[in-house]
Amino acid sequence: MEKIYNLPESLIDVSTHYCPGCGHGIVHRIICEVIDELNIRQKIIGVAPIGCAVIAYKYWDFDCCEAAHGRALAVATGIKRVRPANIVFTYQGDGDLAAIGCAETIHAANRGENLTTIFINNAIYGMTGGQMAPTTLLTQKTATTPAGRDAKLEGYPLKISELLAQLEGVAYIERTSTDSPKAVLITKKAIKEAFQNQIDGKGFSMVEVLSPCPTYWGLKPVDAVKWMREVMIKEFPLGRIK
Amino acid sequence: MIYNFKTMPKVKINRERCKGCQLCLIYCPKGLIEKDKNLNKKGIQPLVFRNGECNGCKFCAIICPDGAVEIYK
Repeated sequence: MEKIYNLPESLIDVSTHYCPGCGHGIVHRIICEVIDELNIRQKIIGVAPIGCAVIAYKYWDFDCCEAAHGRALAVATGIKRVRPANIVFTYQGDGDLAAIGCAETIHAANRGENLTTIFINNAIYGMTGGQMAPTTLLTQKTATTPAGRDAKLEGYPLKISELLAQLEGVAYIERTSTDSPKAVLITKKAIKEAFQNQIDGKGFSMVEVLSPCPTYWGLKPVDAVKWMREVMIKEFPLGRIK
Repeated sequence: MIYNFKTMPKVKINRERCKGCQLCLIYCPKGLIEKDKNLNKKGIQPLVFRNGECNGCKFCAIICPDGAVEIYK
């Protein structure tokens, strides 16, 4: 018997702290697969966010750095400018990248920093207990919007990818999903392109990955991926944006 | 048609790593993954692979959020 599917070498073989059905585990694994395929493990530096993925460096067997809340792209800018030969990427959630780190994100993208960003959008704050995020959908119930998000009171879902696509320094933006094996393979392809852009020195690349949060959506993992496919993808259309 | 199960791909799910999210169960095109009756050390029902006509599509391994799936051929 020969093994035809194995975990990537860069992924540490431990049980993660994520809830059952969480998309973070899938994205962690495909980032490691891409790094192994591009053979850049010796020169990669990851920047972990604040949020559910705060201890992502415990699962990745390569160099990592932890940033203050929302400041992952500011930290990554510093690392990349001091060590231009290294490949630097940030891994951020929607509370980190779209809420508190919105200014850092927009300015890093506008400067056209040669960085790769993986943006995990699950439309809710996971680590702090399911509060409303800027990306929360209208009428979606969260801990701070118990009657559903109302546009008059809380505004509209923030579409960071479309916002950044207008900037000149941005080289590549794609929105993908993790709702099915096919979508996961598309995500892997997009992440690979984002890393390849940085190796080629093209500029700022970002992949927005829609990811399920079954615990705070109040759904079973199986229903969460269904809800993602039926509701969330309509609000956040998939595909290449720039 | 007679299938020789000995030469078919085999899926091995790590019992203690599995968190029971059942994503592999819904995406298996052949319906070969099922819930185990016994609990694991986490106290949840892990998923197990039932021997059968597996075509080695790797869907279960690609969607598994916990890296609990290994496939042999």
